[in-house]
Parts: sequence; structure tokens; C-alpha cells
Amino acid sequence: MAAGPKIEAPTLDALPTVPAIDPGAMAASKPYVAAKAHQEPLGFPGELLPDWEARAIAKLGELLGKYRSLRVYLDICVKCGACADKCHFFLGTGDPRNMPVARQDLLRDVYRRHFTLAGKVFGGLVGAAPLTRERLDQWYSYFHQCSQCRRCAVFCPYGIDTAEISMAAREIMDSIGIGQKYSNEIIAKVHKIGNNLGLPQPALEDTLLGLEEDVKEASGQDVKFPLDVEGAEVLLVTPSADFFAEPHVDGLIGYAKVFHQAGLSWTLSSYASEAGNFGMFIGSYEQMRKIALRIRKAALDLKVKRIVFGECGHAWRVAYAFLNTLAGPFDFLDPRYPVPQHIMELTRGFIRSGAIRLDRDANADKVVTVHDSCNIARATRMGPEPGSQFVYPRDILKAACPKFVDMHPDTTHERTFCCGGGGGLLTDELLDLRVKGAKPRVEALKQVVESHGVTHLAAMCAICKSQFTKVLPYYGYDMGMVVSVHQLVGNAIRMGEHS
Amino acid sequence: MAISGVSTFYAVLFYAATAIFLGGLAWKIGQYWRTPSPLKIAVTPAPVSAPGAALRVAREVVLFESLFFSSRWLWIMAALFHAGLALALVRHLRYFQDPVWEPVALAQPFGIYGGLAMLGGLLMLLARRLVIDRVRFVTAPSDLLMLLLLIGIGISGFGMSAMARVDVVMVKAFFRGLLMFQIRPLPIDPPLLLHLAAVAALMILFPFSKLLHLPGIFFSPTRHQADNPREARHLAPWAAKLEEKS
Ligand code: SF4
Ligand code: SF4
Repeated sequence: MAAGPKIEAPTLDALPTVPAIDPGAMAASKPYVAAKAHQEPLGFPGELLPDWEARAIAKLGELLGKYRSLRVYLDICVKCGACADKCHFFLGTGDPRNMPVARQDLLRDVYRRHFTLAGKVFGGLVGAAPLTRERLDQWYSYFHQCSQCRRCAVFCPYGIDTAEISMAAREIMDSIGIGQKYSNEIIAKVHKIGNNLGLPQPALEDTLLGLEEDVKEASGQDVKFPLDVEGAEVLLVTPSADFFAEPHVDGLIGYAKVFHQAGLSWTLSSYASEAGNFGMFIGSYEQMRKIALRIRKAALDLKVKRIVFGECGHAWRVAYAFLNTLAGPFDFLDPRYPVPQHIMELTRGFIRSGAIRLDRDANADKVVTVHDSCNIARATRMGPEPGSQFVYPRDILKAACPKFVDMHPDTTHERTFCCGGGGGLLTDELLDLRVKGAKPRVEALKQVVESHGVTHLAAMCAICKSQFTKVLPYYGYDMGMVVSVHQLVGNAIRMGEHS
Repeated sequence: MAISGVSTFYAVLFYAATAIFLGGLAWKIGQYWRTPSPLKIAVTPAPVSAPGAALRVAREVVLFESLFFSSRWLWIMAALFHAGLALALVRHLRYFQDPVWEPVALAQPFGIYGGLAMLGGLLMLLARRLVIDRVRFVTAPSDLLMLLLLIGIGISGFGMSAMARVDVVMVKAFFRGLLMFQIRPLPIDPPLLLHLAAVAALMILFPFSKLLHLPGIFFSPTRHQADNPREARHLAPWAAKLEEKS
């Protein structure tokens, strides 16, 4: 990465502590601005427009009419501060602008100034402020210090969701020509090639063949990694990091073994070779829809009966909560199954029905804990019951590992802390922020490492996996600690004996 | 008895305040109602049915459930203030009713405790806003003024019974009169006039301020939506137009 200030992890606290505020501490943290080449493929202006201020206000007005969340949340915050100490980025940096309410205020002040009578009449008395270049820079900085994890929304008495505000702010910034390079470059790759990494079909095919050989060598089994197979029962859509990043790829091997043992035919698609949908990060319904429609087309072209998603947090949010709306109706699929399904719904079902058998001894060397991904925890379900998004992964982990320990209840389930890399922040120039943002999660991890001898952290999201392998070493933990849920399944699954 | 200018002023003030309060609220509620939610964004775990979601909102409104798990001290202060205010409001219904409803009559003695709880809660909220650095950082002058206004209403309210011994029969006649579009005399007592002016100011500010959290909580998508996106599509009109295009 580019030479920059030395990145140092904050000292971990034994008890969760709330830092004293340190104004401006993270004012300099911002991601690279998108160049023309990253903006234009998405239909955004290539550079900051000369009349950006007027256009930004007009865009805000448009969004106020389109999103009830934005409209209501900008009005009703009472500045009680209940959310202030709930954001991992505030807890990790102490910068008060990383308190959810103060982050919202960056946009709310401008809203007050331009869209409310009180703001027009009383101005600063009610906190109204004009959109200046300085304010725009603050937007760019601090709306890219929100991982859209929605922990604040759990604790706010009105459910005010700062992610909705960040998304709107990013959409406004894109529309005036100041987008974020990381997200926009990736979205363009998906539109063009089909996945975030820009892996074309031949490369993908090669990779999958390589995996077949690896599995054959290790287990002696002919486990297939099918690509673009028409007429398969299941279309598996998984984050492209699963194709070769560690430990993601071990998760992919796990899914393949599950399908193999359960005798369920499946395929990947080279056209829709990405579960992630960065359109959500930039708050763009249109971009998100365009990406989602690739999955619909792949399902139609390959004549599958079910769509199943691999391990990824925001991908599962877009899939579970938005896919049906964005790209439905999916009346051409088998109506006996929800659309889409999570791989863990299948795996847990197979374990319970006996279609696959797990041998827990295979993971006897590990004491495992689990990181609830923010998007899965706070925006989805897996089964029919509320809360199944917590139960299913734990059921699977307990079936695959003899020793499982949960972290502190204030840091799991819907109170889970973000890994610090979600929401389009998983880019090297934000590493300092990412290390600091991981602090609350690592504190909880440290606790179970010390009290229960935890050796492994199971993750169920491509971003969490990449983020943890990168930042844990700053806190003195080995990156090998991070495992995929389906990696543990893949280790434990009994191959060969079909039931 | 001749009607003083002060009585007329207060009569007009209360008609105006009521009109602005009701009209402003109706306008904001209409605006919230009309603005679509294009996506399902309920914070999960969430109820999967509409009645379940309604119950979730009701728990937030009545019990401040999220706040309870968020900050216990703040919950105590907020509960004291809001519950106290509710009791005091019920007590004040007697100024508009003749005969007074049985429940309102029964609530009279508790109304005083309500007023005390409200004032205590407000003072704690004010202290908290000034003392905790995080809260001070997000406090605008209007946040303090709002608290001071409410404290002013509470103190002037108690001031009437403690120092001035306001003629409550006359006050009641004034407000009953307003209900029948008649202007009747109001006792000219400074604590009463202060109290009423502050209440009118609060009513006027309501639809333009953060007091909108009252109607707003019923329109918060993360709370009021049922969690059923796989079962049902959820297409906003503007999003449906995108489908016509492609
Ligand atoms: S908890 Fe909600 S109402 Fe309170 S300051 Fe935060 S966003 Fe505003
Ligand atoms: S969504 Fe998450 S990252 Fe963003 S302000 Fe809320 S708690 Fe912080």
C-alpha cells in the first residue's frame, strides 16, 4: 500500500470502555476519490461539478421524497446520545464525528438549513448549516467511516438507522461527481465481467478445476465445482473472494462437499459470479438492481430451480431482504423453497435429516467462537423464525466442532460489533480506520481467548474474513485464527458413505 | 365583566397555537405517510407479521424498549419525564371537561406527582446534556432551549399553586369558553400567563422541531416493518417505474 503514517492498533481494554471525545482525530481519514474512469461507467459525473452545491441540495430533495427512512430520521432525532457509544468506529477512534448521531448531523444540519422552516428562520440556533466545501469534505471523510452495520439502529429509541443516512450521503456525493474509488471501480467490474474481482469465465473455470484436483488429492473424492451447468437444481451465488482468498476458499470447498454428499446438483454461474452487491454501499437502488438482475438472468438461463447464497454478510442482506423486490418475482423457481436460500439453511437441514454426517473429532484441535456478521444479524433471517440467523450458524458449528464458545452477549447476536471493514471500507488506504474499528470485536475475542482458550474465530462473510485476517495481526493474533463456517463443515463431513 | 386585552390575546394565541399544532402535525404525518419505503429495512430479529410489528412499535412507544437496553440511566430520566408529563396532561383535562370524567377526576392527586416527576426528569436530562462530553458535542442551542421551555412550564405550573393561588374556576371557564368559541376573562396572574404562553410556544414549535419524534416513531421503517421480504415483494411506485423501462 501507499506509504503513510504507521498504523498502530489501539491498546485493548479489559472492560468495554467509552473513550473521551477527541474532536478531529479521524478528520484526515478518507478513501481515494473515484477517477473519471471509475465514475462514468456507472453514469456518475467524472469530477466534482461546478454547480455541485445546488445539485447536492436538489438530490437531497429527491431522496427525501423517495425514502421514508431518510425523511423521518432527519426530522426526529432528539440528540439523546443513546447511540453515541454504540458505534465501533467511535469506540475505536474517540472521534466524536463517529458517534452515529454526530455523523447524521453532518447531513441533518444541511437538511435543516434547506428543507425546514426552523432552519431557514433560526439557522445555527437549531443547528442548521450550509453545504460548504468544508462540510462536503467532512461528508466524504465521515460517511466513509460508517460501515453501515446498523448497530446504532438497534439502540436508538426510534430505530434511527445511520446506514440509511450514510447511503443517502454517498448517493448525493456520487451524483455531484465525488464518488469512492474502491466501491465504484468494483461495481463497474461486476457490470462488465460479473464479479468484484474481475475474474473472467476462463480464469474462473481454471480455478474451479484446480479446486477439484486439490480436493481429490486431499480426500480421494470426485467433488465437482460445476460452472454454467444448465439444468442444475441449485444456482449457487457466492462472493468472488471464495474463489481463492484464504480462508474463504476453504468455505467454498465446504459447500461443494455438502452438495456432493447430499447428492444435490448445483452450479455456479460465470455471468452472476458475485454474491456481493456494492450497489448497497453507495446507496444506489439502480446500481443494486442492475447487479441483482444478473442473478435473475443467470437463474433463467441455467434453468435452475433454487437460488442459494454462500457466506457473505451484506450479500445476504441484499439477497434476503432486497432480491425479491429488486429482481423478482421468482415464480419460475421451485415454490417449495424460499427465494433465495442461505447455504446454512441447506447444510443445517442436511445435518438434521442425516443427509450429511459430520465427524466432530476432525475439529477436536480447535476451540471455536463465532462472529455474527452485522448484516446477517441485524437485517436478515435464515429460517422461518426471527433469530434463526443466530441459531443456524451455531447449530452447524456445534455439529462440526466439539468445543464451541460464544463471546460476550453484548457483542453477539443483534448486538454484534462490525468487523470494521464492511460498507465499502475494505480498502488499504483505510487500514488505520479498519484496525481501530475492529477494537471492540477484538476485545471480546481476547476475553474468550483468555478465559476459554479459544483458538479459532469462525466467520460467515467474505468481508469479515478478509478484514480479520488483515487486522488481527495488529493486535497480536495470528491470521490463521480466522476460519469459514463451511471450512469447519468441510473438515468434519464424512465423505463417501451416502445414506 | 369586561374582557381585557390580555384575555383576548391569550384566546387568539391558543386558537393560533392549536391550529398550527394540528395543521402542522397533519402536514408532517401526511408527508411521512406518502413517502414510500422502497426496501425492507426492519432491524432484525423482527416480527414477521404486521400485527407483530405493530406490537413492537407499541412497546417502543409505551415502554421505550430499545432505550431500556441502550442506556439504563437515560431510560429512567426519559421515563420519569414522559410518564410525568402524561399524568400532568391527564390532570389538565379537567380544564376542558364539565362534568369531569371519572378517570380524570381520579387521576387528579397523581397529576401533582406527575408534575414533580416531569420536572425531576427534565432537570436530570439537562444536567446530563451539560455534563457528558458526547451529549454536549451534539447539543445545539435549541436542544437546551427546548428543555428550558419545558422546565419553565413545570415551574410556572407549580408556582401557581405555591405562590399565586390562581382562580382555577376562572381558568376553566376561559378554556371551556374557547371550546365554544367564546372569549371569557382570564385571571391576570404572572405565573399563569407565563405557564400558558410557554405551553402555546411548545405547541407552535412542535411540528417544526425534534418533538416530531412523537409521530415519527410510528413511521420508522426499521421498527414498523414486518420482516417478510422473501415472502412478499415490496415495490415502491418509483421503483416500479424502473421496471417499466427495462
Ligand atoms: S439514539 Fe437516536 S434519537 Fe438518540 S441521538 Fe442517537 S439517533 Fe438521535
Ligand atoms: S451504522 Fe454502524 S458504523 Fe455506521 S454509525 Fe451506525 S454503528 Fe457506526
